[in-house]
Amino acid sequence: MGKMLYVDIEKCTGCRLCELACSFRHYDEYNPAKSRINVFRFGAQGSYLPVFCTQCEEAWCQGICPAGAISREELNGSWIVRVSKAKCAGCKICLMACPFGNMSFVTERRKVQKCDLCEGEPECVAACPFGALQFREAEVSTLHQKRLTAERLMESYQEVGS
Amino acid sequence: MYGWTGKLLRVDLSNGKVSEEDLDSKIARDFIGARGIGAKYLFDEIDAKVDALSPKNKLLFVTGPLTGTGAPAGSRYMVVTKSPLTGAIANSNAGGSFPAELKFAGYDLIIFEGKAKKPVYLWIENNKVEIRSAETLWGMNTYETQEAIRAETDESAKIACIGPAGENLVKIACIINDNGRAAGRSGVGAVMGSKNLKAVAVRGTRGVRVADIDGFKKAVRAHMSAYSAHWLEPFGKGGTLGLAIGATNVAGALPTRNFHSGVFEDVEKISGELLDEAFSKRKGRIGEACFGCPVACGRVTRINDPEFAGEGDGPEYETTGAFGSNCGVNNLAAVVKAGYLCNELGLDTISTGMTIACAMELYEKGFLPEEDIGMKLNFGNAKAMVDLVEKTAYREGFGDLIAEGSYRMAEKYGHPELSMTAKKQEFASYEPRALQGLGLGYATTNRGACHIRAEVHDVTLWGVTYWKILRDRKITQPLDPLISADKSWVCREIQDWFSIIDSSGMCNFAVVAAETDEESLRALLETATGISLGGYKGMMKTGERIFNLERLFNLRAGLTAKDDTLPPRMLKEPMPEGPAKGKVVELDRMLPEYYKLRGWDEKGVPTQEKLKELGLA
Repeated sequence: MGKMLYVDIEKCTGCRLCELACSFRHYDEYNPAKSRINVFRFGAQGSYLPVFCTQCEEAWCQGICPAGAISREELNGSWIVRVSKAKCAGCKICLMACPFGNMSFVTERRKVQKCDLCEGEPECVAACPFGALQFREAEVSTLHQKRLTAERLMESYQEVGS
Repeated sequence: MYGWTGKLLRVDLSNGKVSEEDLDSKIARDFIGARGIGAKYLFDEIDAKVDALSPKNKLLFVTGPLTGTGAPAGSRYMVVTKSPLTGAIANSNAGGSFPAELKFAGYDLIIFEGKAKKPVYLWIENNKVEIRSAETLWGMNTYETQEAIRAETDESAKIACIGPAGENLVKIACIINDNGRAAGRSGVGAVMGSKNLKAVAVRGTRGVRVADIDGFKKAVRAHMSAYSAHWLEPFGKGGTLGLAIGATNVAGALPTRNFHSGVFEDVEKISGELLDEAFSKRKGRIGEACFGCPVACGRVTRINDPEFAGEGDGPEYETTGAFGSNCGVNNLAAVVKAGYLCNELGLDTISTGMTIACAMELYEKGFLPEEDIGMKLNFGNAKAMVDLVEKTAYREGFGDLIAEGSYRMAEKYGHPELSMTAKKQEFASYEPRALQGLGLGYATTNRGACHIRAEVHDVTLWGVTYWKILRDRKITQPLDPLISADKSWVCREIQDWFSIIDSSGMCNFAVVAAETDEESLRALLETATGISLGGYKGMMKTGERIFNLERLFNLRAGLTAKDDTLPPRMLKEPMPEGPAKGKVVELDRMLPEYYKLRGWDEKGVPTQEKLKELGLA
């Protein structure tokens, strides 16, 4: 099945070190505007949510690309949806096709970009100080969440029961 | 240039002219950034004697070479101007995302000159810079202002602004950015208000580059790996409040009832644990981080108590000391509320809380009549305290006097000695009689009383032993906070060291909490900029240069050695209780030694020899 980028919302502090790591890795500059991952603040809840490409099994961007520039390839067991710089025609159709906003256009390159999981070693994960971003097996990645749900249910069950 | 963007914006508000200039590379090298570069431009460009609230004063927003880079907590900018509170140089620091965004837009600093005829704000979208009308924003609080400006510019814009306090030229007004982040001290918000400048909004997509990519990466990794749970756990989970308040109280250094005592009997009622339990939206979790920060000391909170209901940011330790123990208030909801109001209205929480505490003492001693205030104002009166915060921002009733700061207020009632200030700026929440070195720091710091320009308590109270300034003197144990021995040189060297930190663009917490030495910051600065700081000694010399230039500004402004002092309570009244019982600040012992170590004459004036050595002659 392979690994996926995963966020534990509880742990994200909104520091945006992931944005810096991403742009530095791909452009040798610190520039959130070029980062493929971006963090959003929700003040009312006191929470933050990073948004990034989840490497769809059936990728909208891939399906719509008229140049055949987007491919889905396996690397060390992980699937990466990738843009070929050579083939990308810069038509930007994929920007509209991705329902999550995870495709972006880089003006100076006249090409689109997307997360490529840093070829299997995501810099954003390495840069995250609190382990909110994780690169982990997709197959089991929700088990921990299920456990938390179970704990909450058990707590309520006991409250109601007593 | 690397690290720096190499560009500055000059905005003449009087004629609406905006121009872009190159950053002077010699100034960049000799003064680094933020606090240092700000001091240099201010020193060169204004007459230090000008009225701080006149159009002749200038207001500088200055980032550092590490702002917006991947350096830990490279999130800071410094607001530099002449202070209306102290008449001395002001440098107020804030984090959040606004400072990095300014770098991404392509600017190291902005220099505001003159005064707009009508309220305006500055909108910077990379190299498109526009002065816009702020007439509909005038009167709005800081949260409303940020929302309104985002609605009319860009949803990702980062904004620094003033609230009603700055508009009303309150001498303890601050500048707020990114929700509740504050360039808090010395009344910088009033200077912004005096220029009819409501806000600065920025959207930047241009990025920051560093000179040595691999070297910088290595330096960041080394600094990051020097953080340990010893600091990160309490900082992240409890914020500065959780980290500090228990320890300062145990040390007898928690200001209580206008610095009558250093021990607060109800400390557990205003604790970090209680804040997390009953107020935090991130209960049990790590807090909110500024841009690029691995420490995350920010608090996002809500008050459920119907009497003080609300939601917002903070409080941090300083706010809680000022409105809590120092006002004798043990109701945490009231403290949190007072902090919210300060953020919303644009007031410095420290000076506002400390000034109200001073008013409480004046009232209890019978020097301040009830009819002047319009209410009873005993220590512990939480409701009156919260009411007065709002009145201060609008200069309404007695608030008009609080708005002048505690010194001018107490002077009006014939008792300036009850104002706990140095250079007319209120003390922070560290009691000097229990922290001798900090007392010297309060007396000698160029912007007046301040706990973060001379953090001597790092090497006493907080037990820092990993800095080179200590190692070089073979000091391996924390110093004793209660004795004055060894404090003069420590204070001097920490002031110089912090001049570097404050100029780098990094947050000082992110430097202090990394258990590494000064060389770590030097490596970050040199790999980012590609410029040699001349080894460790050269870097510290630069810190000394910055500190001395600020001193020269103050001397030109008319301050003298007489201003390097503390109120008589600190010098003559022994601490009544706690570990520091019986102590006064031994300033008369430390100060002459300090002057000598600084290369200043007995009048506190840097000698020609010293100025030559620093390249300031």
